[in-house]
Amino acid sequence: MILSFNLNSKPITVELDDEMTPLLWVIRDVLNLKGTKFGCGKAACGACTLHLNGEAVRSCSYPAKFVEGKNVITIEGLGTKENPHPVQQAWVDEVVPQCGYCQPGFIMATAALLDKNPNPTNAEIDQSITNICRCATYYRMRKAIHKAIELMPKEVEEETQNL
Amino acid sequence: MAKKKISRRKFLVRGGLGTVGVVAIGTYLFRNPVRRKILEQVDGGESPYLGDGMEPMLWFEITKDNMVVLHSPKVEMGQGTFTGLAQMAADELEVNMKQISVVHAASMTGNMDNFATGGSNSISGLWQPLREMAATLREMLKIEASKKLGWVNEDMKVEDGIIFVGEKQLTFAEIAGGVTEWEIPDTPILKNIKDYKYIGKPLPRIDLEAKVYGDSIFGMDAEMPDMLYGAVVRPTKIGAKFISADISKAEGMPGVVKIIQEDDFVGVVATSFTASEKAKDAIEVAWEVSDNWQTNDIRELTKVGKGDAFILQKEGSELDEDDEVIAMEFTSPIGAHAQLEPNGVLAFVDGDKATLKISTQVVALTRKEVANRLNIDEENVNIIPTFLGGGFGRRLHTPHAIQAAVMSKAVGKPVKYFFSRKEEFQHDLFRPPTHHELKAKLDASGNIEYLEHDFSSGDVAIDSAMLPGFISTVVGTDVGAIRGGFCHYGSIPNLRTVSWHVDLPFATSWWRSLGLLANTFAWESFMDELAVKAGKNPVEFRLAHIQDDEKGKRLKAVIKAAAKKSNYQDEPINGRAMGFAVSTDAGTPCAQVAEVSIANNEIKVHKVTCAMDPGIAVNPDQVRAQCEGAIIMGMSASLFEKMEVVDGELFPTIYGPYQMAQLKHAPKEIDVVLLQGMNKPGAVGEPPLGPIGAAIANAVFRLKNKRLTDLPLSLT
Repeated sequence: MILSFNLNSKPITVELDDEMTPLLWVIRDVLNLKGTKFGCGKAACGACTLHLNGEAVRSCSYPAKFVEGKNVITIEGLGTKENPHPVQQAWVDEVVPQCGYCQPGFIMATAALLDKNPNPTNAEIDQSITNICRCATYYRMRKAIHKAIELMPKEVEEETQNL
Repeated sequence: MAKKKISRRKFLVRGGLGTVGVVAIGTYLFRNPVRRKILEQVDGGESPYLGDGMEPMLWFEITKDNMVVLHSPKVEMGQGTFTGLAQMAADELEVNMKQISVVHAASMTGNMDNFATGGSNSISGLWQPLREMAATLREMLKIEASKKLGWVNEDMKVEDGIIFVGEKQLTFAEIAGGVTEWEIPDTPILKNIKDYKYIGKPLPRIDLEAKVYGDSIFGMDAEMPDMLYGAVVRPTKIGAKFISADISKAEGMPGVVKIIQEDDFVGVVATSFTASEKAKDAIEVAWEVSDNWQTNDIRELTKVGKGDAFILQKEGSELDEDDEVIAMEFTSPIGAHAQLEPNGVLAFVDGDKATLKISTQVVALTRKEVANRLNIDEENVNIIPTFLGGGFGRRLHTPHAIQAAVMSKAVGKPVKYFFSRKEEFQHDLFRPPTHHELKAKLDASGNIEYLEHDFSSGDVAIDSAMLPGFISTVVGTDVGAIRGGFCHYGSIPNLRTVSWHVDLPFATSWWRSLGLLANTFAWESFMDELAVKAGKNPVEFRLAHIQDDEKGKRLKAVIKAAAKKSNYQDEPINGRAMGFAVSTDAGTPCAQVAEVSIANNEIKVHKVTCAMDPGIAVNPDQVRAQCEGAIIMGMSASLFEKMEVVDGELFPTIYGPYQMAQLKHAPKEIDVVLLQGMNKPGAVGEPPLGPIGAAIANAVFRLKNKRLTDLPLSLT
């Protein structure tokens, strides 16, 4: 099938033999963006988390055909070294990663959470961020999430309220 | 100039490496003290994986834009080694941290560690040789500068990769350009530690940004043109032997390029990962299975008394038959590595040459095994290590590299092959289950008069492809299972520790900290019990049994520091209790206090205080990060993790059912105190995993008056 969607704000068209191929492999192996990771293939670890129309989705278990016409953001499209997303900036400030393999998934999950809930409580963070990190960088992650809450642009919120 | 440490003849200079290299400098140095030590121990014996140390090794490149590239013989798996090595090199070389980058040394450029990355010795092992190498290169550059401009050594000042004499200056790149014959001085005297600018500073990790912005740095991310995807059929039952395979259904499936049948495996090569997986599942294999193992069978096998015994410590006299003793038993379960990046490799075999990009902790072993299987020279196999998506000991054996190479040879194209998560769980080289029996006799004043610990474990080092088999024979027992097995309470007059080794029907091996987690859980839970029986404060009780030598002083210091920093209290306050435990691993003492509460029979860890003495912390922030991670990983293993054996299969095979710590479980406070009781760096990555299990269990005892003796800890 021919599949059209927006990837990191650019229109993309790909041809797939198998429309049920998980989106993860389309992103990684067809479109060659390697920042989204394979961890388990069963949506159990969150290493493959990306944003689909603003929602955090575990792409290893998401059939590619459902992405038609949607907006996909991966870690590569979230921010750059020159223009980091606040969550990435917080991750750098708190020196969170160790091996680093699971970190894009955590960063994407956190960015999606803060987009919806700019000021989550610890309990809400615990409930939303359920990815697995084997290096167990959780202690710094929590600090980074709170740092990101501070770094998130507040004026956007006010503008929305004024509308 | 001091005594010669690096042989002058053994420096090697190469020009024009790749497109950026102006000069590349290497040496044949025997650089790894572990290797040296083992070689000393086994002098004269066959040592297939240690190499002869006579290959020239590329350490540094100086590029045209005056950057230094350090080719690391150790892999970066999260432990922060690249950052520490960069700090060590930068300080002696006189470059700043922005001018140095670190890459994994490919086996073809020579700087291959013939042993492994593991055992918490990357920084401590390279501490002396890397600084010496960097200092020697700095002096070599000064010699060339003096040749070029007639400068006198004493007038030269080196800073940020530039040599200055008064107003005049030359960059390293300017000096190195065009030099074909280098003069090599004797090893310079190293700087005074207090004069270092980078060593000892909490600098950010040098791989931080690559890991935050999603760069392609892991084995799983490797690419080559025309790459295909491989999969290998694996049995689900323990001990299954391959009989035959019916490939008729798989052959014609979409995307299938070739089915490969070897004596020891059946593989599929296809155009995508999903196609290879589907075809693999369609291959019907007949396996011969002789036993139907269950968890209880494995527990029975692992009991003290079932295998071979080896006495580790024997001091003073035996117990009398009518002595009144306190006795307890402890167990730990089968543990999985569960690292997030599955094992995998990208292999390309082109004629008599092979190139492999792989997450491996054993570059030399991977190279040797691939060369042997393909029947080509080891020099023709280039192992290009990548960042590891977790190591933890899981990547100390890489048979999948052989399989990928065989598949690549069969199709004439690069083949990428990695484990599914189910395969990763079922074919892990597990942390072995253990069983512990402890006995003690207290004297009239409540001090330990006699202490005995018998512990039994499956293989850690024995039968590991990484260590030549004779090492365990020479040492007499499993060198991995005994980690944490030695009693560090040196003033106990009568002491026995006995290591029992059992053969299990499935593979067990290295898991971060090896025997330390289980052995410390047993030792330190029992010490707590003895303190309670003696009516003494558990901190004071421990201190009273430690000898006054150098090791004892460092051990006492971490105990006191942890007690003080946590404000240790023996009585619970407001439903929270503190548990104390301490271990010594690879020379590094570490004490921890866990603050715990219990609600609905769930154990919640609120805060952990950790005092550790790793000697010099080359990067204190990364030492703290290792403590934080090890504490939560150890907590995860102590509270949640276990593999079961059901009808011959290992379960679970997915995260979730294999429960691990998540963000919600992690303590919100971790307070790390670093002491420096010796004037060189020691082990960091594994020691802080030791005490946490016992610290939690000892806190639970204070809340529930119930001694939990089995990992994972459970109140139900």
